[in-house]
Amino acid sequence: MTIEPAKEPVVAREEALNGHPHRCEKGAPPLDNKGPAPSRSATDAQLRAILRDVLALDASQVEGFDGETGLFGHLPELDSMAVASLFTEMEDRLDIIIEDDDVDGEMLETYGGLLAFAEGKTIASDGPN
Amino acid sequence: MDWQCSLPGGGMAEEMALVFDKRREHRLLVLPAMFDEANKMRRQTVEVMRRLDLSGIDSFLPDLAGCNESLQPLDTQTIENWRAAALAAATQFKATHVLSIRSGCLLAPPALPGWRYAPTTGAKTLRSLLRARTIAARENGQTENIKDLSTIAHTQGIVLAGWPIGAALFTALELAVANADSQQTIIEQSDIGSAGLWLRAEPGEDPEQADMLAALIAMGMLQA
Repeated sequence: MTIEPAKEPVVAREEALNGHPHRCEKGAPPLDNKGPAPSRSATDAQLRAILRDVLALDASQVEGFDGETGLFGHLPELDSMAVASLFTEMEDRLDIIIEDDDVDGEMLETYGGLLAFAEGKTIASDGPN
Repeated sequence: MDWQCSLPGGGMAEEMALVFDKRREHRLLVLPAMFDEANKMRRQTVEVMRRLDLSGIDSFLPDLAGCNESLQPLDTQTIENWRAAALAAATQFKATHVLSIRSGCLLAPPALPGWRYAPTTGAKTLRSLLRARTIAARENGQTENIKDLSTIAHTQGIVLAGWPIGAALFTALELAVANADSQQTIIEQSDIGSAGLWLRAEPGEDPEQADMLAALIAMGMLQA
């Protein structure tokens, strides 16, 4: 029996969750730009609160999410109407705009994917243009 | 009970209202959330009215033309006639205060004192409905995007989440915000605690949230 080594995206997501600041999201400016980026833990906490509120989940369940926790297709609460509510609340509370083109299967597949997306957006909207 | 509601173009029509009326001194007009949030919030709205009744406050929840039990078509309604209707309801029910909820805040008569609960803008209301439609389309293997749908809606109107919204209403809603002249106090969801019920997938109620909202309003009305 062999054990597969962890694949690259898993590592990247876990780094995002653990707050390592050296990963740059697609579309975000480089992190050495001037202007403070919001701390990763702040976005993480906000995103968990949004998921808890929109999907009416227990706080303890949401606290237990890690980068690999499945979202769309895994949580029965997350149907297409809930996705619409989720994006609306993310726009509202994180002060970002989610375009139609941003929405793909990957960003909604896992908590890590959604967090990486949200962090990329908050950095992009706070950074200098 | 029935009341006379303003219509587009200036006429009036009979509409229904859910009321707790014991001819008391303190009288609250309630302007509910619109569209899908109207369904999700209605039970909770009435729960708050029940609590206010027990606190000695009369309250009035009118159906605006095109909404709830109304027989008027929705797609011919405009922001202007809804605002006129809200004012007409305030006069007919002799309201001393107004509580407006979510997108209902866009219609609140500015001269009445009262509260705006979790107010939202017309643009956000539409964006949420447009997004629900694009996601549903994607699930059916079609491609729609918010920008193109908005362009169509400006000229032809559009059906969003089952609600036929006319071009005039859509265009006005995009710019609609609550009247800046009003002195109505804003109650945010964080003042109430827990998550707003409009976020839920199904209509529901939350006794603790209803207690809190009713208490804030009752304290404001009875101490005034």
